[in-house]
Amino acid sequence: MTVDQAVAGHAPPDISAGPVQSSLAKGEAREREEVRRGVTVADGGGGPELARVVPVSGRRRSVPRWLRRTVGPLALLVLWQVLSASGVLEADILASPGTIAATAGDLVSDGALPSAMLVSLQRVAVGLLLGGMTGVVLALASGLSRLGEDLIDATVQMLRSIPWVGVIPLFIIWLGIGEAPKIALISLGVAFHLYLNVYAGIRGVDAQLVEAGTSLGLSRWGLIRHVVLPGALPNAMTGLRYSLATAWLALVFGEQINADDGLGFLMNQAREFFRTDVIVVCLVVYAILGLIADFLVRTLERLLLQWRPTFTGQ
Amino acid sequence: MATDVHGSVTDTDTEPERRPYPGPVDSGAAVEVGGLVRSFGDRAVIDDLHLTIRPGEFVALLGRSGCGKSTLLRVLAGLDREIDGGVLVPRRKAVAFQAPRLMPWKRVWRNVLLGLPGRPERDAAIRALEEVGLGHRADAWPKTLSGGEAQRASLARALVREPDLLLLDEPFGALDALTRIKAQRLVAELWQERGCAVLLVTHDVEEALLLADRALVMEGGRIAYETAVDLPRPRDVSDPRFGALRARLLDRLGVEGKEGPEARETEPGTHADTSVAA
Repeated sequence: MTVDQAVAGHAPPDISAGPVQSSLAKGEAREREEVRRGVTVADGGGGPELARVVPVSGRRRSVPRWLRRTVGPLALLVLWQVLSASGVLEADILASPGTIAATAGDLVSDGALPSAMLVSLQRVAVGLLLGGMTGVVLALASGLSRLGEDLIDATVQMLRSIPWVGVIPLFIIWLGIGEAPKIALISLGVAFHLYLNVYAGIRGVDAQLVEAGTSLGLSRWGLIRHVVLPGALPNAMTGLRYSLATAWLALVFGEQINADDGLGFLMNQAREFFRTDVIVVCLVVYAILGLIADFLVRTLERLLLQWRPTFTGQ
Repeated sequence: MATDVHGSVTDTDTEPERRPYPGPVDSGAAVEVGGLVRSFGDRAVIDDLHLTIRPGEFVALLGRSGCGKSTLLRVLAGLDREIDGGVLVPRRKAVAFQAPRLMPWKRVWRNVLLGLPGRPERDAAIRALEEVGLGHRADAWPKTLSGGEAQRASLARALVREPDLLLLDEPFGALDALTRIKAQRLVAELWQERGCAVLLVTHDVEEALLLADRALVMEGGRIAYETAVDLPRPRDVSDPRFGALRARLLDRLGVEGKEGPEARETEPGTHADTSVAA
């Protein structure tokens, strides 16, 4: 007799036990049968049929999650290395991981990579500062005053529809091919993201809190300082994260403009000599720097936004 | 009483001669309202309202939802100034709203001191928090407070201003039944210690009768009914006079009142409603 038949054998309609039954192990099913029989005897058949809630007991410990998650990338790396070593993947197309690691070591030891990184980081820093200040100042002006909103917001919203990468040719005509167009491009991307988020943050501040602040006797400046700006901070941090990502993207685009130093220059030079290993090293460096920037913003958020009810970090 | 304790809350573009009411006289009352009108579009939510509150008096303002009682409180708090008529309120006044409205980005003690003139000391906040039994949570973030604690912090924030008029806008409405009873007792104690005038806006008749010297019913944009609550404190809901007053007020509010405490469970519009947050 199967377990299901055993259930069907019981006369009263059985809604509770049906689907659960089949998923139970044989031994547990037998145990349940005994329990049920015991209950049936005690109740004289009057009460509802009881089903035991089986605890999820010690499922066998599998490989730790992080280890499982590392397997995929590692396998890809090994496959890549094997393909390169066997000659299927030629060095002109893509260098082997081993070569790339060796090249990275060389580039670091002869100082080419650190100096290029420094130049690129400076571009991002200056662009971020200029664009950040522009974006925040504009957002404050249009977020805090009706007049500012009428003058600035419509303009910014209109310009926003232009893809910022598309203005590179104009920037080259206006600013030449030196540092200026690169920094301008980064600033532009950063300014838009910060503007949009800070503006939305200011306008999204809870009106009830502003009213409470008013009833507590805060002046206009006091309201801005104690209520509006702290309330806009979460959005501003989101804006900062986006604008950092944008800054990095703008850097990659910008450094394709006739750069004579920086990571972009290193890549362009490598392209001319088919040095795929150098190109990959530069890509990895871009990625690592991006990760570090994201980590910094997250740390900043953790420090500044610990009051948030939704905050789930430490 | 000196005139300088009174700030006038008036229309921003005041034209005194156009006022239908000559303007209240400073008669030593804590609140003087005369001929107050507040319209939203064509609808006058407050229509020629007159109200006087004596210094130290505890007044409860009852009314059905939408009758304008919260609007009146906002006018007295100076938060709504698109009004006609004359309103005199103490310069030092404080509001506690239904939601605690603490700034989530400020620790509790900084919330308490927010907006105080000068450079108030942390000790002042601690003293106010201790008065409401929250001294130990001074450094907490508002998100970590329970509903009752947050409401008490909000009360401390109001009291630290040493107001001559305390405006309470259904401050217990969002609290659970047990917490509400404690909070009501706390307000009664604090009022007796401080001696400030209190206007409590509520739709809970029992709460009004437990706390107030005088209960007002607002209807049609004005004070339609008022009664002194002449019962000894602390008050007892099982007192027959309490039951009679409650029945009368419920009747005025359009709810059929029944005498006696046993009717309490079944009365709509009293306690059953107050557990729902607006």
